[in-house]
Amino acid sequence: MAKTILVACGTGIATSTMVAVTLAEALKERGIVVDTRQCLAAEISSQLNGVDLIVSTTPVPGDLGVPVIQTLAFLTGIGKEEVLQEIVSHLQ
Amino acid sequence: MSGQLLQLLEPTAILTQITCGDKREVIERLGERLMAAGYVKDGFLDGVLDREGKMPTGLPLDGESNAAIPHTDVIHVERPGVAVATLNQPVTFQNMIEPDEPVAVRLVFLLALKEPKSQVEMLQEIAEILQDGDKVSRLLNAQTPNELILLLRE
Repeated sequence: MAKTILVACGTGIATSTMVAVTLAEALKERGIVVDTRQCLAAEISSQLNGVDLIVSTTPVPGDLGVPVIQTLAFLTGIGKEEVLQEIVSHLQ
Repeated sequence: MSGQLLQLLEPTAILTQITCGDKREVIERLGERLMAAGYVKDGFLDGVLDREGKMPTGLPLDGESNAAIPHTDVIHVERPGVAVATLNQPVTFQNMIEPDEPVAVRLVFLLALKEPKSQVEMLQEIAEILQDGDKVSRLLNAQTPNELILLLRE
């Protein structure tokens, strides 16, 4: 079953959409299919059901019980390979 | 590339090589163009400035110049559109992921989003541009809106 990544950003609209599509595409190139959901960073704690990993472009509260990766790599490209490897390791 | 971005980019809201004192000024100048062209409602500018204060959109890029993608809630938007500015001197935005950290920005995409799902391609195209340092520096060198559009058409 595909793992679910929750993508969080400030308004839950523009930035998380950019991240969700570029992240899903990069993982697809590596043969990994994921489901992505999006939310506002402020709503993360109510959106955790069934979520395997959180990728956020804004600061998020401390311990959510789900691994969190805070990164701009899917917007700026900086450090993208390293972050992808980290994400892949969380999904295995 | 850049099919949907070109469709949504408002030609009268492309400002190249402008000089602005701060991020408020660049957001206002772009927002006024989107307002005049009927893309956004009265509350849009305040909404963008308010959001930028609480949840900034500055993005440090892998080159000399950085970008910002200010935007706000869909309720302030009439129809989707994009405005873009290149600045001849950087203005300070705050880093999206480290809001205390300043980012010197010369490329600004002001986004008016209505239904994000139908504007996915445009958002992806902007993300691809931001990840392409060569493209960013060529956009920043464009002297006129037409030149900038031609670069996006490539």
